[in-house]
Amino acid sequence: MNDNSLIFLDYASTTPVDPRVLDAMMPFFNQNYGNSSSVHRFGQQAEFALEQSRRSVSAILGAKEKEVVFTSCGSESDNLALRGVAFARRQQKSAAHIIISAVEHHAVSQTAYQLSSLHGFEIEILPVDKFGIVDPRDVKERIRNDTAIVSVIYANNEIGSINPLKEIGEICRTWGVPFHTDAVQAAAHLPVAVDELEVDLMSIGAHKFYGPKGVGALYIREGTPILPIQTGGGQEFNLRAGTHNIPYIVGLAKAFEFAQTDQEYRNNHYSTIRDHLIKTIIDSVPYTELTGHPTMRLPNHASFVFKGVDGNTLLMLLDAAGFECSSGSACKTGSPEPSEVLIAMGISPEWALGSLRVTLGQQTSSEMVDDFVENLPNIVQRARELNPI
Amino acid sequence: MSLSKDTGQKIKVAVAMSGGVDSSVAAALMVNEGYDVIGIMLRLWSEPGSESANRCCTPDAMALAKQVAAQLNIPFYPIDAKNVFYNEIVEPFINGYEQGITPNPCLQCNRHIRWEFMLNHALAFGATTLVTGHYARLESNSGRIKLLKAKDLNKDQSYVLHVLDQEQLSKAQFPLGDYTKVEVRQLAKDFGLPAAEKGDSQDLCFLGKGNYREFLERNSTRPYEPGEITNLKGEKLGWHAGLPMYTIGQRRGLGISTKKPSYVLEKDIEKNTLVVGTKDELNHRILLANKVNWVSIAPPAEPFRAAVKIRYKSVEEPAEVIPLEDGSVEVHFVHPVKAITPGQAAVFYDADICLGGGIIQMAIK
Repeated sequence: MNDNSLIFLDYASTTPVDPRVLDAMMPFFNQNYGNSSSVHRFGQQAEFALEQSRRSVSAILGAKEKEVVFTSCGSESDNLALRGVAFARRQQKSAAHIIISAVEHHAVSQTAYQLSSLHGFEIEILPVDKFGIVDPRDVKERIRNDTAIVSVIYANNEIGSINPLKEIGEICRTWGVPFHTDAVQAAAHLPVAVDELEVDLMSIGAHKFYGPKGVGALYIREGTPILPIQTGGGQEFNLRAGTHNIPYIVGLAKAFEFAQTDQEYRNNHYSTIRDHLIKTIIDSVPYTELTGHPTMRLPNHASFVFKGVDGNTLLMLLDAAGFECSSGSACKTGSPEPSEVLIAMGISPEWALGSLRVTLGQQTSSEMVDDFVENLPNIVQRARELNPI
Repeated sequence: MSLSKDTGQKIKVAVAMSGGVDSSVAAALMVNEGYDVIGIMLRLWSEPGSESANRCCTPDAMALAKQVAAQLNIPFYPIDAKNVFYNEIVEPFINGYEQGITPNPCLQCNRHIRWEFMLNHALAFGATTLVTGHYARLESNSGRIKLLKAKDLNKDQSYVLHVLDQEQLSKAQFPLGDYTKVEVRQLAKDFGLPAAEKGDSQDLCFLGKGNYREFLERNSTRPYEPGEITNLKGEKLGWHAGLPMYTIGQRRGLGISTKKPSYVLEKDIEKNTLVVGTKDELNHRILLANKVNWVSIAPPAEPFRAAVKIRYKSVEEPAEVIPLEDGSVEVHFVHPVKAITPGQAAVFYDADICLGGGIIQMAIK
C-alpha cells in the first residue's frame, strides 16, 4: 500500500520528516543518548542539545529561552495552556470564565468543555463570520475581569482562515487577560513573532512543518500565571515533567529553522498552484463553494463543500483513484457528522457533509494538481450518484 | 484470469469483509490469484446501545477486518449503510412478523444490500465484481450463469443466494465454493490471518443480545395483542401472547395442555388466532410460492421434478414444481412435508444446481 503512485494532498494532517531533520536527530538515539537531567558528562551533552534547541526556537519566536516549554505535541501544548492558566488564574484572581472561538481545534474546545463540566468554569464561545474569522469586537464585548484566558486559533486547520490575533491580543492586554493561540497549523507557513502577534501563549507541533510526530512546544510569556498539569521531576521550569525526548526536540528545532528559512520559497510555490487549483475546481464542479477566506488563508490550503455529497464516501473514492485528501467532517469509526466549524460559519448540513480539504506541500508538483483537478469532477459525480440525499 | 483480456491490467474486485474467517480467506485467495483487490465493509444498523452485541459487523469485527486488509496490503473502505439496512431489511422483518409470516431477511439482504447498495459502491470504486465468502459456486458456459451448491454441502449457502438475477450473478464471485470449511480454516492459518476463532454466526446479524422474540418485542411498531389458541375445528384451547412470538411447527411454550403434543399449524391474522394441531396435521403435500426468481434456468413453461428446500437448514424433499400462469408456482411433494412456513423461501434443486426459488405463501393439504 506504500504505493508511489498515490498523490498526497493532505499536508495539513501531517508532513514527512525532512531528511535534513532526520540527520540532525539520529545521533541522539544511541550515540548521544544521555538524560539531560543527569550530573555526568553524558547528561551534560544531552542538556546542551536541549538548550541549543530551546535557544533556536525562542529566537524564532522573538522570546526568551525560559519562555519556551517542550511538550509531546500541539494537543498537549493546548491542554497545558488552557488548564494550566485557568487553574492558576482561579487561584490568583478567582477567575471563572473562559473565552474560546467557535472554530477551535478539539484540543482546545474539548479541554475547555471539561474545564466547564468538571471544574465549573463558564465557557463563552466567540461567533465567527461566514469565513470562519473572529471579529475582535466580539472579544471586547465578552471579556471580563474574571476571564481566566482567551484562546483563538491562529489559522484554522479545516478552512485555512487566518484570525486577527494582534487586535485580539491588544484587547486582552488592556484587560490583563492571558491570550493563547493554537498555532499548530499556522507555524508552518506564517510569521510567529510573539510580540507582533500580541500573544501570551502559543502552541506548536513539529509534525506540521516537516518535523517528527510526538513533539511540540508551548510559548509562555514571562509573568503569565500558569500551573503544570503534568507534574513530577521538575523539568521544563517545573511546568512539564518527563525525561526530555532529546532526538525529537532536536528535530523540532531543526524543522522549525527550515520552516523559517524556506518559508518564502515554500509559500510562493504553494500559493500559485493552490490558487490555480481553487479556480479550476470552482469552475469545473457544479454546486461547489470555497470555504474559508479567499485571501486571508494559509498559502497551501484549499477547502470546499460540495452539495449533496457524503464526505466520507468522497474521500474513499478519491483514495481508490489515488488521491489522498481529507475533510475535517468525518470520523473514522463512527457515522459522519457535519463539522461544528462549518456549521458555525452558517453552512447548512446538506453542504457541510460534503466537505473536502486539499493541502499542498514540499513534494507537490503542478502535474500532480493537474491530475487531481482533471479527475475530481468525475469522482464528485460518482459520489453524488451513490448518495441521492 | 485475473488479468483483463483487453488491457492486460489486473482486474479490480471488491471483497465484502466482515472480519470473520470466511471473508478474510476469500480476500486472501483473490489477492493470491493476482486480482487488484479492495476490501469494503458495511456499518449496519444495530439497536442503539448494542453496537457491540450484534452477531456481525461490530466495531471489534471492523478492527479485525482492517487488520486483515492491512496484512493483505489492500485498501479498506468502511461504508455507512445504517439507514438503507434499517429500511430494506430490519423494518420489513418486523412488519413481516406483524403480518403473520416468518421472513428470512438474508434473502432481501443479498438482493438489495449486498448486490445492490454494496455492489454500486464497489462499481463506483472501479471494481468489476463483488466477492464474498459465501459457500457456493457459479458456472457460466452456455450463456446463462448457473448457481451451484458449494463443495462443502454442510456449509452450502446457495439457498440464500437464489434471489440474485443474472446481472447480479455476473458481478459476483465466490472463491470459497471449492473448499470445505475445514480447508478454509486451514487456509486462514496458512495465510496467517488473524481471523476470530469464535464460532460461525448462524443467527441473524442484527439481533444483538437475545433471540428474535426479544428483538421483536423491543422493536415492534405496536404492542402485540394476545389472542386465542384454537385447534383446526375452532375449539378454544388457551391464549397466545401475540402471533409474532410463535413459529410454524413450534411445540414448546404454548402454555396449553392437550392429550397429544400440539404444534403450531398456522397464524390467523384477521382473527388474531393461533391454530395448533397434531403432528399429522402439521404435514402438507402442496405449497404455493410467488415472487419466484429463476436462476440457473430460464423461466420454465412446463412442470418439472426437483429437490426442494423449504428453509435454509431443511433437507431436500423430492417434488414436482408446477409453474402457474401468473409466474407463481405450486410445489407438489412426493411425501408429506412438515412445518411449511409462509414467508420462508422454497428453493428448487437439480442435484448440484440451484434452479430458482420463491416465497412460500401458503401450504395446502
